[in-house]
Amino acid sequence: MQSFEPLIIAFVCNWCTYTAADLAGTSRLTYPSNVRLIRVMCTGMVDPQYIIKAFLEGADAVLVSGCHPGDCHYINGNFKARRRIRLLKEILPQFGFEADRLQLTWIGASDGIQFTQTMRELTERTRELGPVASRSQMVF
Amino acid sequence: MQTVTMEVKNEDVADAIRTLLGRILALDEIDAVMVPGRLPGSRSVMPLLIHDPDQLDNSDPLSPAFALNAAKQVCRLTRTATPKRVAAVLRPCEIRAFIELVKLKQGLREQVIIIGSDCPGAYPNKIFDALTREGDDSGADHGYVKRPSVDESSLSKACRACEHPMPTGADLAVCLWGVDTGREVMVDAQTDSGREILDRLGLKATPLPDQRAAAVETVVAERTRFRDSMFAETAAATDSLEKLDHYFAHCVNCYNCRTACPVCYCRQCVFETNLFDHDPLQYLSWTRRKGMIKMPTDTIFYHLTRLAHMSTACVGCGQCSNACPNDIDVMSLFRTVAHRTQAAFDYQAGRDVAERPPLSEFREHEFADTAGLHWRKEA
Ligand code: SF4
Ligand code: SF4
Ligand code: FES
Repeated sequence: MQSFEPLIIAFVCNWCTYTAADLAGTSRLTYPSNVRLIRVMCTGMVDPQYIIKAFLEGADAVLVSGCHPGDCHYINGNFKARRRIRLLKEILPQFGFEADRLQLTWIGASDGIQFTQTMRELTERTRELGPVASRSQMVF
Repeated sequence: MQTVTMEVKNEDVADAIRTLLGRILALDEIDAVMVPGRLPGSRSVMPLLIHDPDQLDNSDPLSPAFALNAAKQVCRLTRTATPKRVAAVLRPCEIRAFIELVKLKQGLREQVIIIGSDCPGAYPNKIFDALTREGDDSGADHGYVKRPSVDESSLSKACRACEHPMPTGADLAVCLWGVDTGREVMVDAQTDSGREILDRLGLKATPLPDQRAAAVETVVAERTRFRDSMFAETAAATDSLEKLDHYFAHCVNCYNCRTACPVCYCRQCVFETNLFDHDPLQYLSWTRRKGMIKMPTDTIFYHLTRLAHMSTACVGCGQCSNACPNDIDVMSLFRTVAHRTQAAFDYQAGRDVAERPPLSEFREHEFADTAGLHWRKEA
C-alpha cells in the first residue's frame, strides 16, 4: 500500500477557498499534488450528482469547501451544501464508501495556511483508507 | 360530524363505499370523483375520473390492482384552482406522494377532497394479471372485490413492508380494521373539510370502535417486522460497489422506474438529456481505463443520483419495482436508503403538508460535525 497515491477532487468556491488556494500559491506554500481543484461559483451549486460522479470516476476522496457561515457571497449556499453533504454521508457509506472520504470545510479567502493544512490532512487520511474497495471490479 | 357509519349489504364493502362516493358526487361543490375502476370490456383497473353518477358502477374502490401511483394524476387535476373541487379515492402511499408533490407546488391540496381507506395492500401488476386471467375467485376476479380480501403472501413486497397503511392526511378515512365489515364500514373525518362534508351527507354518527387501535397495531407490527428484515437483507446485498453492480446487473437504463415514481418530480430528468449522449471517444477512454465496460453506461450513476435527489421523498409505494421490465427489486433498495436519509433529517415523506422537504431548507446552526474535517476513527 506504500505506493498508493490517492486522487482527491475538491470543489472549491470562487470567493473563499479558491482565493485561499490562490493566496497559498502566491505565498509559495505547497500542498500535495493529489488534490485536483474544481472551481465553482459557490458550494451551493455542487449537486450531489457531481460528487457521486467524482467517486465513480476514480476519486478516493471528495472535498467541498467554501466560505464560512455568514460569508457566502450568495448568502446561504454553504448551508445548503451542508445539508447535501449530510445526505450523501447517509447514502454513500451504504455502498462501501467510508464516510471520511467525503468532507466539507469552510476556508476563508485569507486562510492560505489553513488551506494547505487541510489538503495535507485529507491526503493523509485518504492514503490510510486506501483505494475505494471493489470499484475496480465495477463495469458500471 | 366526526365519524359516520355506512351499512354494508350482502357483504359488499366496496358497494358501501360506492354509495358514499355517490353521495359526495351529488354535492354541488364536487365536480367529479377519481377512483380506481374497471375499464369497460377489460380486466384493467385504472384511475377513472367520474362525473356521471351512473358510471360509479364501474368503480372498484377496494381493488387489489395498483397499476400506477395516482398522485401525479391528482396533480393534473389540481395544478390550478378550478371553481369546483374534485374528490379522489387514494391509497395511503398515493396520499403521501401527493402531499410531497403539493410541497413542491405541483398540486393544490385544497382543490381535492381525499378519501382514503385502511389499505390491505395490492398485487404487483404481473400477479394481478395472472389472477384475473385465470378468472378464479381469489378476490381479484375481474378486478372486482366486494371485500378487501387479499392473499398476503402474493402482495407486492412494498405493501408487505408498509408500516403506514392508514390513510393519514385524507379528509375522509374509511375504516376497515377493527370494524365489523360484514355489517358496516365507518368513515372518519380527519380534517375540517372532511367534517364539513360529513355534516352534509345525512349519515348516522357513531364513535369508532374501541378495538380499532389494537387491530391497526397488529397490522403495523407485522409489516414493520417484514420491513426490517427487508432492510437488513437489502443492505447486506448492496454493501459494496461490486454488489451494487450485481444488484442492477439486469438494468437496461430504460428509466421506467423514474417514470413510475410519483415523487421523481423533475419535469425532465437529467439522465434523459443529451448530457448523457457522450462523445464516442468517452466510451473508448472508459474501456481503455477499465479494460471492459457494460453498455449502456451510467447505470449505477443513475441509481445513486436518483437516491440522492429523491430518497427523502420516497413514500415506499413500490411502483418502481412494479414498472421494472427486468424484475429488479428497486423498491427495497430505495426504501432501505430512504429510511436512513429521512431519519437523518427527522423527516417522514408525506407525513405532514406543513413540513418542508429537507433539501429545500436549512438552519444556521445544525449538523455541526458535518462541516470541518472530522474523522470517524482517529488515525
Ligand atoms: S422510489 Fe419507488 S417506492 Fe419510492 S416513491 Fe418512488 S416508486 Fe415509490
Ligand atoms: S426500470 Fe429497471 S431496467 Fe429500467 S432503469 Fe429502472 S431498474 Fe433499470
Ligand atoms: S460563495 Fe463561497 S460558499 Fe457560497
